[in-house]
Amino acid sequence: MFKALVKPMTDTLAGFGRITWFLLRLLAQVPRALLRPGLVIYQIYNAGALSLVIIMTCGLFVGMVLGLQGYDLLERFGSESALGSGAALALIKELGPVIASLLFAGRAGTALASEIGLMRATDQLVAMEIMAVDPFRRVVAPRFLGGVIALPLLTMIFIAIGIFGVQLIGVQQLGVDQGTFWSQMRGSVDVEDVMQGLIKGCVFGVACSLIAVYEGYTAEPTAEGVGRATTRTVVNSAVMTLILDYMITAVML
Amino acid sequence: MPNPNVTPSDNLVEIRDVHYSVGGRAIFTGLTLNVPRGKVTAIMGPSGTGKTTLLRLITGQIRPTRGQVLVDGKEVSQLSRPELYALRQRMGMLFQNGALLTDISVFENVAFPIREHTRLPEQLIRHLVMTKLQTVGLRGAWKLLPHELSGGMARRVALARAMVRDPELLIYDEPFAGLDPISMGVILRLLRKVNDTLNITSMVVTHDVEEISLVADLCYILAAGRVVASGDPRALKNDQSELVRQFMNGLADGPVPFHYPAADYHSELLGELLV
Repeated sequence: MFKALVKPMTDTLAGFGRITWFLLRLLAQVPRALLRPGLVIYQIYNAGALSLVIIMTCGLFVGMVLGLQGYDLLERFGSESALGSGAALALIKELGPVIASLLFAGRAGTALASEIGLMRATDQLVAMEIMAVDPFRRVVAPRFLGGVIALPLLTMIFIAIGIFGVQLIGVQQLGVDQGTFWSQMRGSVDVEDVMQGLIKGCVFGVACSLIAVYEGYTAEPTAEGVGRATTRTVVNSAVMTLILDYMITAVML
Repeated sequence: MPNPNVTPSDNLVEIRDVHYSVGGRAIFTGLTLNVPRGKVTAIMGPSGTGKTTLLRLITGQIRPTRGQVLVDGKEVSQLSRPELYALRQRMGMLFQNGALLTDISVFENVAFPIREHTRLPEQLIRHLVMTKLQTVGLRGAWKLLPHELSGGMARRVALARAMVRDPELLIYDEPFAGLDPISMGVILRLLRKVNDTLNITSMVVTHDVEEISLVADLCYILAAGRVVASGDPRALKNDQSELVRQFMNGLADGPVPFHYPAADYHSELLGELLV
């Protein structure tokens, strides 16, 4: 009974230990990976540019929903003019980083995990080892860096498109005054707010990329193992994003 | 059994009394063998005798529990990571399934080791890659992606990649497994040709007795964690030991039993309940 309670906890702790050790090994390779910017840029393209369509579409619709709901709520108090500042703050500080991170985990994280997992399953990583090429430096580090750089950029794009979506509904359709909309937004959004969004984007970028490459690299080299690694990537990334979001908000507010 | 006619300096790879066990199961119990320079050495044995494990010991992926693995006089398990990588740069290995990098073309696969380890002008890389692809007869396929290749072609590309930096030791892991007779013949001829023209040492792990007997200079047969017979393949053919005879002639039953250990056949068929 006692064992059954303790074992999951020690397993979880051991998992954290393994992933921390993995991160340290990874960070040791980062300087050398940066010496070959071509590989990193390709991975930024892979994780970032290829996620752009989904990020932009979702950003637009999240912004539009925010416009509708925000207007509906604020209208009750006769303060529709606050729509600009309210929606912008919500997008910059919370919705932008969190939703972009969740989408990133689903689009780019799974692709990274399954790619690295399949490379392991088809002996490609071992083949590199034998060719005296460190797969950590050649495969894992560039993919990690690509994700770390791509997610903050995607977050900013998500926020910008989201604000455009709010404006589209609030100003163009529901008739909030354009001047008040933008000036209220400018008046209430500080640099610190933008920094908070950016910091979240960076932290989520590290967390999601780390989880994806870790799960892929340690995947069992079978079809089933790679499938499980992909699932774990999405689930763990989503949970970590939400936990970290709370922690960062609590510290920064 | 080491070949007594060969002095140590003539051996590129020496395995000395190696013990290795994984998960409590002993794979090697005092394995000793030598791979002479410039020769084609075949390592044969029934499935599950640790042939692939032997390759992993030689390439330094795993360490022996006891004993020594020497490559060119250096003990592999004692090397630091940079030293091990330096040693691996002098080896080439052909994997059972080719293990080509699936996201880049045939050309880039063969160029991969050059690009990773050297800074050569593009023109020279092209020249090196194309001559190796010509050797394996796939110069015309340089543009294809790995998934567009047949099994035999993939293995030839992998061979081109394994020898593109002119290694001293070329290791083949089951090079004939799953190939049609034509592809098998092609790989077999290439194996001998590459060994002789580049003057390298080849080590082939296989259980295709007939094929390898045609090209190998020296054969070792492994069973139960050690070498049970060694020598010229033609001599082995006439070996009187029961196990060697079973293996060399492909007999179903012998010292290596056909049946996995099981309960009595008769009583099992008569429906005695197995719990």
